[in-house]
Amino acid sequence: MTIKFTQDHEYIRVEGQTGIVGITAYAQEQLGDIVFVELPAVGKKVKKGDETAVVESVKAASEIYAPVGGTVEAANEALGAEPGMVNQDPMGTGWMYQIHIENPAELDGLMDEAAYADFIK
Amino acid sequence: MADTSPQDLKTVPLNDVHVALGGRMVPFGGYSLPVQYPTGIVTEHKWTREHAGLFDVSHMGPSFLLLNEKSGGADADHAAIAAVVEPLICGDVKGLKPGQIRYTLLLNETGGALDDLMIARPADPAWAGSLYVVVNAGTKDADFARIAAASTGKATLNRADNCALLALQGPEAVAVLSKLIPEVADLGFMTYRSFPWNGTVLVIARSGYTGEDGFEILVEPEHAKAFWDALTADERVKPIGLGARDSLRLEAGLPLYGHDLDETISPTEAGLNFAVSKRRREAADFPGAGRILKEYGGELARIRVGLLVDGAPAREGAEILDASGAVIGVVTSGGFSPTLGRAIALGFVPPAYAAVGTKLSVSVRGRSQSAEVAALPFVPHRYYRKPV
Repeated sequence: MTIKFTQDHEYIRVEGQTGIVGITAYAQEQLGDIVFVELPAVGKKVKKGDETAVVESVKAASEIYAPVGGTVEAANEALGAEPGMVNQDPMGTGWMYQIHIENPAELDGLMDEAAYADFIK
Repeated sequence: MADTSPQDLKTVPLNDVHVALGGRMVPFGGYSLPVQYPTGIVTEHKWTREHAGLFDVSHMGPSFLLLNEKSGGADADHAAIAAVVEPLICGDVKGLKPGQIRYTLLLNETGGALDDLMIARPADPAWAGSLYVVVNAGTKDADFARIAAASTGKATLNRADNCALLALQGPEAVAVLSKLIPEVADLGFMTYRSFPWNGTVLVIARSGYTGEDGFEILVEPEHAKAFWDALTADERVKPIGLGARDSLRLEAGLPLYGHDLDETISPTEAGLNFAVSKRRREAADFPGAGRILKEYGGELARIRVGLLVDGAPAREGAEILDASGAVIGVVTSGGFSPTLGRAIALGFVPPAYAAVGTKLSVSVRGRSQSAEVAALPFVPHRYYRKPV
């Protein structure tokens, strides 16, 4: 299992052909209290960099972009009732959606954990 | 404002305190101020509704307008200073009782709002012939210039915006502040007085912009830290950032200048008829009286409403649609209400759509979401009403 990061502060946790996407601890910290999450429809096909979700804090809305292309396999519907899970556990229960990765080579352009830690310094 | 680079930002007297507390500093009206502290906006918002929140609003524009030559008669001097500012605004300043504060608007010739502001008459007869005036941050230089120009030869405007202006808001505010200054418990809503405290003088108004009981306190900069420390030593008080101030005032249904009010919007359109005083209406002697009195009579193109929004928050700029999908208005302030746990907004629509319960929709990221016109305020005001 590997985890990769974008410069827009999304993570993708790769489990075989599936990637679990969300925002990083750093990103939720920057956004503050998250009060609403808009998720992509299951079955939606997206390209790397497409807007796939929106997280809203009290102050503002922020777009979440697809780290890689593929088909949305699942969305974390629990966030509808409890958007605050993104703040509490962004890399765990606060995940946003799962994507069937079309082209695993796209993962190579993303940062690994050490590179991301350096990026947000 | 948004384009101000950090090095252009002015700092407030309590800047170091906010930084030490972990405040996230962002630009507000040309000043660097905390949008939130580490606990976050929702927690801070709820704390203020339940206890007492302490806000630094030193970016705003407190000032004192003083008559150049006093006659010695308190009422005559008050009437003279009122006559200096009344030509700029729609409020009755002359009719203020000693110690009373009035919310009013500075208007242009077409009745559009140049700013909304507080004007107050001192309680102490020795200070008759002066006014305490507090304007908004973003407009303060223009406001002060306008007031000073209208005062030429008659009165002098002294800015006090080097001071700290703090707002202590919430149901426990009076208990906290009266521990330091017992007499503040006697202040009625929208009245103010000066009080000696710890070697300085505090100007304390029972007012605020959260919908809660509370106080706005002007403190000389060198005493600001001691006063902040005295308040925050009380466990009922927590520092609150300007992010929660905005969500609190939105729930309170109060307009924010530059968003729900601008120089095209009249007080009548903004739903602020109470701010167009009866005496001034009868005299029709304020800027834009022609337009505003017509609007008062019912000829209104648009009016400010509250909206309960289903789903994602509808932010400023979101279009408001009627049942057929036609665009009828725009959201001017919108966000999430921590008290109601849902999205709320303020916006302008034609009066035909303004009745409470009218079903409308808002366009958020190209999608239509249902919305309903709601009574304002969204969350009931809890201002202190002094027993008679």
